[in-house]
Amino acid sequence: MTRRWFEGFTGVPLMTGGFLALALLQEPAPAVSWLHIPGWGVSMTVGALAISLSLSVITNLGLTARHLIQLLSVVLGLSGVSELVHAQNIQGVAGAGFWFLVAALAFAIWDAMRQFSIATPSEPWRGVLYQLLVPGLFGAWFLMLWELITVGFGVPRVLLPPPSLVGDAIASSVPVLAADFRQTVVRAVVPGFVIGNLAGFAIALIADRVPFLRRGLLPVGNLVSAIPIVGIAPIMVMWFGFDWQSKAAVVVIMTFFPMLVNTIAGLGSSGAMELDLMRSVGANHWQAFARVRLPNALPYIFNALKINSALALIGAIVAEFFGTPIVGIGFRISTEAGRMNMEMVWAAIALAAVSGSLFYGLLAVAERRATFWHPSFRKLSGKRL
Amino acid sequence: MSQSTSHSTAVVQVDQLSLDFNTPDGPVHALAGINLEITEGEFVSLIGPSGCGKTTLLRVIADLESHTAGDILVNGVSPEQARQDRAYGYVFQAPALYPWRTVRQNVLLPLEIMGVSRSEQRQRAARYLELVNLGGFENKYPWQLSGGMQQRVSIARALSVEPQLLLMDEPFGALDEITRDHLNEQLLQLWRKTGKTVVFVTHSIPEAVFLSTRVVVMSPRPGRVMDVIECSLPAQRSLDIRETPEFLALAHRVRQGLKAGHSYDDE
Amino acid sequence: MTMSEVSHGQGRLLPVLVVIMGLILIWYAGAVYLNSTQLIDRYDKRNVNWNLGQLATDAWRMERPVLPAPHQVGLELKKTVLDKRVSSKRSLVYHAGITLSSSLLGFCLGTLLGIGLAIGIVYVTTLDRSLMPWIIASQTVPILALAPMIIVVLGSIGITGLFPKSVISMYLCFFPVVVGMVKGLRSPEPMLLDQMHTYHANSMQVFFKLRLPSSIPFLFTSLKVAIALSVVGAIVAELPTGGQGGLGARLLTGSYYGQTTMIWAALIVASVVSALLVTAVGFCERIALYRLKGGQVVRA
Repeated sequence: MTRRWFEGFTGVPLMTGGFLALALLQEPAPAVSWLHIPGWGVSMTVGALAISLSLSVITNLGLTARHLIQLLSVVLGLSGVSELVHAQNIQGVAGAGFWFLVAALAFAIWDAMRQFSIATPSEPWRGVLYQLLVPGLFGAWFLMLWELITVGFGVPRVLLPPPSLVGDAIASSVPVLAADFRQTVVRAVVPGFVIGNLAGFAIALIADRVPFLRRGLLPVGNLVSAIPIVGIAPIMVMWFGFDWQSKAAVVVIMTFFPMLVNTIAGLGSSGAMELDLMRSVGANHWQAFARVRLPNALPYIFNALKINSALALIGAIVAEFFGTPIVGIGFRISTEAGRMNMEMVWAAIALAAVSGSLFYGLLAVAERRATFWHPSFRKLSGKRL
Repeated sequence: MSQSTSHSTAVVQVDQLSLDFNTPDGPVHALAGINLEITEGEFVSLIGPSGCGKTTLLRVIADLESHTAGDILVNGVSPEQARQDRAYGYVFQAPALYPWRTVRQNVLLPLEIMGVSRSEQRQRAARYLELVNLGGFENKYPWQLSGGMQQRVSIARALSVEPQLLLMDEPFGALDEITRDHLNEQLLQLWRKTGKTVVFVTHSIPEAVFLSTRVVVMSPRPGRVMDVIECSLPAQRSLDIRETPEFLALAHRVRQGLKAGHSYDDE
Repeated sequence: MTMSEVSHGQGRLLPVLVVIMGLILIWYAGAVYLNSTQLIDRYDKRNVNWNLGQLATDAWRMERPVLPAPHQVGLELKKTVLDKRVSSKRSLVYHAGITLSSSLLGFCLGTLLGIGLAIGIVYVTTLDRSLMPWIIASQTVPILALAPMIIVVLGSIGITGLFPKSVISMYLCFFPVVVGMVKGLRSPEPMLLDQMHTYHANSMQVFFKLRLPSSIPFLFTSLKVAIALSVVGAIVAELPTGGQGGLGARLLTGSYYGQTTMIWAALIVASVVSALLVTAVGFCERIALYRLKGGQVVRA
């Protein structure tokens, strides 16, 4: 692996140090000195940066201790800068000094992420931990940056509320969000997803036995994948009424075609040699199907399921825009947006995103279990450029 | 290593070389205590069963792997320096040709990277394609050629760098025996014409004996050298030589070396 | 003959036609079924004796059907596509043009973003580890569902027109491009990378001579998905912008006034636009692969 300046051992701490020095030379906000900021924010952030910097100088430290200290300094820095931005004389008027400090922290966090991503721990549990830690740090930094920018620049809440306020909104309206989750996910998405996928799979099985149908359906199915099916949402609401049935219907139609097309493609993906082997041992259609063609189709089927998991949620929420009882994620988004209550809108968005990610995550785990033999899950080695 | 300048003709010098791979099942001793000296103009074959480290040794010479103990010099310098000097040409198991480049453009690839002038590039491409008897195929695409012809393009490409050293990793392993025999004869002629030093990895006994001035017999677990056999076959030889008693005696010795390594007991 | 040979048999036209005919028949039957409740109500009120034949003919020529029959949609299409001037606000071509321009802008932005991110992910380990999970998570945010809100909010601070709509398309487009390009840039076999190493090639040379050409087929596969998504994004983003026009605006207008024929006509034009764009990308793909493979005949 070639090393670049932003990955080098000396480059990143140098940037951290440089921005820290620049920050301390400037005022954190117009006519405010670093010494006149109430609370522990300044000392925590600067302390964290100092720890991070000293790590690059101290070399005689075990890797575990090093990583632990680095992680602690990042956590300290993040909480420090969050406290700092909320200080009365910084909020909304943050200036050059403050943003240089943020830049220094960004490089410190980049350094930590880099250390964790190049580490190759021998214990498996630590490998998993590091694999989660790197995106975790990135996510935490993303949210913090959002908080810093919205609070530091005093962005109007109508435009973009800071994550902390969204968090408050989530905490104070758990029952409402739970009801929305039930209405949209449990009652519309899940049944629609199950029915749509089963129907797609069933039709694919029929098409698989009838080559004429397969040759006709595959191009039509591919064409349909290019059509904005969400557009049928208003029609479905007209047909099936305002409640969850119309949303489930949209989900069924949106998930049907990806499953159909992928299953047909998957069932056709078995090698001629594998099938000839089945024929040579006198296997009938279903024996060959269960032993060779279905396993080969599994990666395609999971691909469809993963595509569909995102489509299903979108379909249900968009359909709720065209009419719904007074509950549901889509309803929440549209009404709260109408009242300019953006914290609640973002709370509903967060709910949708978390539901979607969980849905996707479950499918990804199931896929890994079911198709562990597939090359995409096997590790490759070899010198990389 | 102390005498790196005293043997000016030594192209590759390997001294107590070892290489361990770390795997989840513990360390694997791919190479252990290898000693080998290859002088200019030699044709040395590395032979042994899979897992004996013959390819790994070639990759260490080419700086595609890093050794963990011992010393190695290529052209009197470290493998990394030799690679940066483009001191060798490497021929892989597969032709490794780019399907979107014509035969000529494939041969030009390393020259473009080295920054050789345009006119020189064209001259060299023509010269080396002619040398492997592929004149007239310059504008074909690799997938329009047979497997044997593709591997010849790959040899021309390795030669176009004009290295003193040619490293070949089972270049004919994937070809049928008739094609392979033909290419063996051609390679021998090429070696005589150009006088390059060749290190050749193979698992075929007749191929090794037919081509080489020396055969290095290796065995696995750990990868080590069992025997080094001098082949004093006449310089002018054809495939018929494989029926002569001298040839059979040499092949027998190679086979004995392989047996001594218990290399075929448990794969 | 093996199974795979059977599945690639010749003559796709006839099966496709049969399937399409089947779908149209189902559509006609559906129109009778879905419109029947309304009609039977009406018959009962007027005490009309009716039979199936009359029900069908009436169902296929209703003013405001629940499901319009194909020929009614066809008539609406003729009226709004062929008979209106292209510049007229009632012409679907005009609205399709609006949708097309914002989806194309979004497609270009998304493709650039996607390629840039993919290069970062392939070359910087830290980005690979930190960014990839979030890129996947980004697509579980139902952005389409948020599109109308984003448009309204951006509109409230004075950002209107093409750009906000393209942002939605961009957000949808970049994902398949990132995934495809990462796969493509990583597609060269280790042997080819080793070979570059033996030539002592630098990163730039490896990128332009090996990784980039290897990724082209993957790129085009992604682009075909992305361009279809960009149309979807533009249409959904147009839902709340009734005044500005676009196919999405037509969908919403149709659903407000119960004009199902209008909805179906807009949907069909949207599908045609989408299909044309995918075909255009497919055509570019053929040209690119043809040049890449130096005249080898490639089947898309």
